[in-house]
Amino acid sequence: MLVYLAFVLGIGLTLRRYTKTSTDFFQAGRALPAWVCGLAFLSANLGAQEIIGMAASGAKYGIATSHFYWVGAVPAMVFLAIFMMPFYYGSRARSVPEYLRLRFDEKTRAFNAVSFALMTVFSSGISMYAMAKLLQLLHVLDAPFRALGLDAGYIFHTCIAVSALVVLAYIFLGGLSSAIYNEVLQFFLIVAGFLPLVYLGLRDVGGWSGLQRDLPATLTHAWRGFGHASTNAMGVEVFGLSMGLGFVLSFGYWCTDFLVVQRAMAADSMAAARRTPLIAAFPKMFFPFLVVLPGLIAIAAQSPAGGQAGLAGRAGEINGVSAIVQSAAAMPERGLIPYKVAESTGQIVRDSDGQPVRDYDLAIPVLLLRYFPTGMLGLGLTALLASFMSGMAGNVTAFNTVWTYDIYQAYIRPTASDAHYLWVGRMATIFGIAASVATAYVAAQFNNIMDVLQLVFAFVNAPLLATFLLGMFSKRTTGHGAFAGLLSGTTAAALHHGLTVPVGAAGGVKGGWLAIVHTYPSEMAQNFWTAICAFAVCFAITVAVSAVTAPRDEGELVGLVHSLTEKPHDEQMAWYVRPATLGVIVLVAITLLNVVFF
Amino acid sequence: MPIDIRVPIGVMLGLMGALLAGYGLLGDQAIYARSLNLNINLIWGSVLVVTGAILLVLGTRKRR
Repeated sequence: MLVYLAFVLGIGLTLRRYTKTSTDFFQAGRALPAWVCGLAFLSANLGAQEIIGMAASGAKYGIATSHFYWVGAVPAMVFLAIFMMPFYYGSRARSVPEYLRLRFDEKTRAFNAVSFALMTVFSSGISMYAMAKLLQLLHVLDAPFRALGLDAGYIFHTCIAVSALVVLAYIFLGGLSSAIYNEVLQFFLIVAGFLPLVYLGLRDVGGWSGLQRDLPATLTHAWRGFGHASTNAMGVEVFGLSMGLGFVLSFGYWCTDFLVVQRAMAADSMAAARRTPLIAAFPKMFFPFLVVLPGLIAIAAQSPAGGQAGLAGRAGEINGVSAIVQSAAAMPERGLIPYKVAESTGQIVRDSDGQPVRDYDLAIPVLLLRYFPTGMLGLGLTALLASFMSGMAGNVTAFNTVWTYDIYQAYIRPTASDAHYLWVGRMATIFGIAASVATAYVAAQFNNIMDVLQLVFAFVNAPLLATFLLGMFSKRTTGHGAFAGLLSGTTAAALHHGLTVPVGAAGGVKGGWLAIVHTYPSEMAQNFWTAICAFAVCFAITVAVSAVTAPRDEGELVGLVHSLTEKPHDEQMAWYVRPATLGVIVLVAITLLNVVFF
Repeated sequence: MPIDIRVPIGVMLGLMGALLAGYGLLGDQAIYARSLNLNINLIWGSVLVVTGAILLVLGTRKRR
């Protein structure tokens, strides 16, 4: 772990010397090779929500969770590379909100910049909270803390402080290049830490065939039961899945979220920028095996001799005292994932049917403790730490860029020197991290981090996709139309969420805070439909308002709209670097994966 | 390109791998009951050393 931290900070220090202008700081000088950007593209998204959340969903919903990759992310990445990247990289825009200003107007940009800035701070805070909570719960740091004479209660605060300071240091020094380089490093580390875990886990449960034998068919078949919402664990039918997740949520996230798009925009050429998402798509396809499979293993695996005592003893072995499993009653008969225990009462949490609720977020941590001996356990925990940090850093770099270019330079001080903006960017980094720390202390209420994040994306990002599609592919769309569409889309999302609840939940943060008119079979289904609703409303309102307002002069839209922009010429490139060819290969490969795990 | 990122990654993986493999070779063998009686430290440590070396070679070779 110390080796890792030393390298992370070392990269920041080395790059400090090369970070002289705001372009270096915010755009990495636009000088990185495609494969570096590609891995960073992947890694920036590989934060807490990915590793912990995906394994949690894997345990809860089964291999169908890989739809997030095979139906959602990968096709969206191909679309970004082939159709959207030319506008981002080719226009003079330095950020996604800035593209919106060039294409539409100031108010659309301001709306997007502010909501995006809030979202990045929120996500990075959740990431930090999750990590600190986890390290505290695992009790792996108890012994060193006791040795220092500190109370175990300080673990939470120390974890937050240390992660905040490390991320702050390397971004403050080296800006986006430093974040990107570290993301590549973190990517290798994450794979190095989790690959042996999956191997050992699979070996223990008898391989994939063992999982199929031990678990219900709905968990080991990606598509079985999706004909109707009531026959699969996610509670979604094919339309909700492919429209909600496959189209609105995934395209919204991967194609319009500056957090990921920023990585591709740092590439050294248009061709490299377009290749970035495609290079990322190849490893992305196989990520379900790294992050979803552990969830399945965790519910199928038998506890070591003595049931929960095995796990309890395990934690005791590392640090002498208590364990992550507080009582024998908290351990189910099958699988390794303990039931959720309410912090305040010490009682097992039960749903409205009286069934105990499992704490799915612990899927990866319990596997680490179960299979890794001293040594590998250190590497596994470091990988976990790396994933949290890369997710956090991604949010922070996106935040400081949007803040500096789209809020500060646009509305506060438009004509300052480059050195001044560089300084503002560094200050924004400090502020962004401080705000994340504050968020981290606002406790999370959901039992699945993924659901919370999907909810936020649904409110803010889902309508955004309609705006971008209409903006990039229709020259008729106007700024007023886009703005009205975004506002009504976000409102529609909030209304839909306020009027529906997932089954088994009371009105409140999970929905139904206005009135309950419809009940969805799961939170996942509710989120997908919230997104579909926001997208449809935004699309309709944007078209309607555009029709009655004056379009912009065509001359101003060259390079921003598909029909008025020269197509990129790929013919002279070798076939294996052409975006279209790579895109087709990626799509064929995910179709095969879907068939194999049908 | 100020630095080739493959060099630091190679060095880091190599160091971590060496630490793991060394521990796997010299440390207490009883701990491997947990990892299905495989000396996972030694095995994976060696894999990491090799991966690190490959990255290091790739990273230093092209630059002149």
